[in-house]
Amino acid sequence: MSRRRVHLAAHFPGVNNTTVWADPRSGSQIDFASFVHLARTAERGTFDFFFLAEGLRLRELKGRVHDLDVAGRPESLTVLSALAAVTERLGLAGTVNATFNEPYELARRLATLDHLSDGRAAWNVVTTSDAFTGENFRRGGYLDRADRYRRAAEFVRLAGELWESWAPDAVAADRASGRFLRDADAVGEVRFHGEHFDVEGRSTVPRSPQGRPVIIQAGDSDEGREFAAAHADVIFTPHGSLEDGRRFYADVKRRLSRHGRRPDQLKIMPGATFALGDTEEEAAANAAAIRRAQVGPQTAIAFLEQVWGRDMSAYDPEGPLPDVEPDLSGGVSQGRVAIKDRAAVAAKWRALAEEKHLSIRELVIEVTGRQTFVGTPETVARQIDEHVQAEAADGFILVPHLTPSGLDDFVDRVVPILRERGAFRTHYTGSTLREHLELT
Amino acid sequence: MTLHLAALHLAVALDGAGWHPAAWRESAADVFSARYWAGLVAEAERGLLDFVTIEDALGLQSTLTDGADDRANQVRGRFDAVLLAARLAPLTSHVGLVPTATTTHTEPFHVAVGIATLDHVSGGRAGWRPQVSARSFEARHFGRRAFPPLEEVLNRPGGADLSAHPHVRELFAEAADAVEVARRLWDSWEDDAEIRDVATGRFLDRDKLHYADFAGPFFSVKGPSITPRPPQGQPVVTALAHSRLPYEFAAASADVVYVTPHSAEHARAVVEEVRGLSADLRIFADLVVFLGTDAARRKARLDELDGAELVSDAAIFTGTPAELADVLLEWRRAGVEGFRLRPGALPYDLEQIARGLTAELRGRGAFRHAYEAATLRGLLGLPRPSNRYAEVS
Repeated sequence: MSRRRVHLAAHFPGVNNTTVWADPRSGSQIDFASFVHLARTAERGTFDFFFLAEGLRLRELKGRVHDLDVAGRPESLTVLSALAAVTERLGLAGTVNATFNEPYELARRLATLDHLSDGRAAWNVVTTSDAFTGENFRRGGYLDRADRYRRAAEFVRLAGELWESWAPDAVAADRASGRFLRDADAVGEVRFHGEHFDVEGRSTVPRSPQGRPVIIQAGDSDEGREFAAAHADVIFTPHGSLEDGRRFYADVKRRLSRHGRRPDQLKIMPGATFALGDTEEEAAANAAAIRRAQVGPQTAIAFLEQVWGRDMSAYDPEGPLPDVEPDLSGGVSQGRVAIKDRAAVAAKWRALAEEKHLSIRELVIEVTGRQTFVGTPETVARQIDEHVQAEAADGFILVPHLTPSGLDDFVDRVVPILRERGAFRTHYTGSTLREHLELT
Repeated sequence: MTLHLAALHLAVALDGAGWHPAAWRESAADVFSARYWAGLVAEAERGLLDFVTIEDALGLQSTLTDGADDRANQVRGRFDAVLLAARLAPLTSHVGLVPTATTTHTEPFHVAVGIATLDHVSGGRAGWRPQVSARSFEARHFGRRAFPPLEEVLNRPGGADLSAHPHVRELFAEAADAVEVARRLWDSWEDDAEIRDVATGRFLDRDKLHYADFAGPFFSVKGPSITPRPPQGQPVVTALAHSRLPYEFAAASADVVYVTPHSAEHARAVVEEVRGLSADLRIFADLVVFLGTDAARRKARLDELDGAELVSDAAIFTGTPAELADVLLEWRRAGVEGFRLRPGALPYDLEQIARGLTAELRGRGAFRHAYEAATLRGLLGLPRPSNRYAEVS
């Protein structure tokens, strides 16, 4: 069997608690120049795609806007459309919520992006039901978890009908005969009556270069895996160990056949962070320094407050975990994924802090996870390749910790080694994102 | 440099292959390629025009009042205008970009953030033309609200004046609310809200972030925006208006209004009416233009190809750039401050505007010789507004 090829994507390090803003090298998270720098770096590294996350309401802690992390982001598809003008091959993936959008409008925006980028558009489908985010929208928030996925599935099916409603040769633009459209039937009428949507009419956008923009699904739950197996081209998962990755990979690929799909029609790309150094020791030191920068003293307290559900600002972040019980009556955090079973999490954290004699800040650094890949460029390239060869992943969505220069070292130092190993492309062979991802 | 008092502003309205339905027949326009649009905005910028607008709607073009027709001999299909404008932003450096976005079926939060993003990626050159849609066939694309067929609305008492109908009045009220939400969201971050204070670990000064707290009959929006305040503070809001109700909407909500007079005398009357509603609104007049020595013949040929004489809500001009300059200056004296010209055929009539007409106007001291500002507000002489939420210290 031939060697498996690694796929790589670059997550823009914007609004994310892993983005270090206090570093002197940290630039703007909103200036277009930052997006251009990161996208062009990814394209220089022949990455498959550039990825933007989304958050439709500023996060809050204790009833006020959370002020410790980077905040402020553009509308995903608008900035990706601008990036299409300054890149040529790089895929452009935007996260867009299926709960707070309407299929007709979003489908035409995605088809537009696919045209304007010559076939490089991708949509990361997310759902949310929280009333907190819903306060910014007509619809409000009211869907339970299962409904969210049913609505998302219907949304994607309807979007697909709209994308395919123009015949491939619908636009004749035949000046001699005067036919702009091939004929009156060139644009099909969509009639969709489902549980969540009643839509009738014709799309305004001709079939786009990819036909269907690439669909990405983020998430690890059973509903999420099933949704991905049915609808997605890429699944963006949290990263675990190599063994966890292999189990997840096998499970998701097995589900595909139930939907009449082949294993290679869904690419599994966990999110991954990295820290590099000239030696293993230097890399480990860099990794530790990045973790300390990501979890500043105030951020450590804020993390603790999310679990304990109460004001902890009086405690010294460099001191021991105080002897107070969590308040389980209500949460203090809004706009983040809720922590399930805070009592159990608090007990686990306490046991860990006592066992390893950790301060509050050291504890938070410990529990919020180290970098996925730490080492010299050779080590990191080997580890990435090994994960892919072992079928723990098809590739990774890399999350740098700095804007906009956080990918520079990876592209300059790790990508050449991946190429030497024969694990990664040396140049783009296709022009569309589907071609980069080998989705046929 | 200071321009003559009679200096005017010039914008072009881009749509398909031009405003004549048969224009595509005599043009190499590939309306579904980015390159075609890039060429158009480059031409507009070469002519030092103030801005381009991009038409859009949440339904296919049609010759019918309400509903898709089955015509295959006219341009059908459009890109999302906000995304198209963003695609053009990195390719230009001075010309303003003003996409149309409907307020009727869209989320005000998404539209406001999209326009703010356009302002960020263009370095302060974004505008927006909010538009209502009363068409029942577009409502069926969303399936959330049932609208009466427009033909039926037009047959009711009140007749052809759409604004007499409660259905339409409600859509304008909703549009005004959507603009109000956008304006609050654009101001919801003060300019210096991002502090990056390492000592206290704070990225933001949350006292400089504000809830929009908008509650109305059509929607409620809490805020703040997810996007920092746009470079212009407030991107330029523009509105097309033909009668009293949209004039009122423009006066209350917009910075620029496009009106459609049919003569200098009519222009004077329209200006007087609009001025009665707002002293600050910039008043532009729309004109469909076919330019060149053979303009009338070109238009006649296109009419023949389409099988009908061109009709438009705006006045239709055929003639040379010099003759058009005469008209514009006459209307300028009637109080119109700028013009949004709708090229009959693209790219031909745009080239006539950007080269011939601007040269003609410059010769008469009525148009700029170089871009005098880097933002759209700057080009229009609109100051960067202070923030409604900022406390004056």
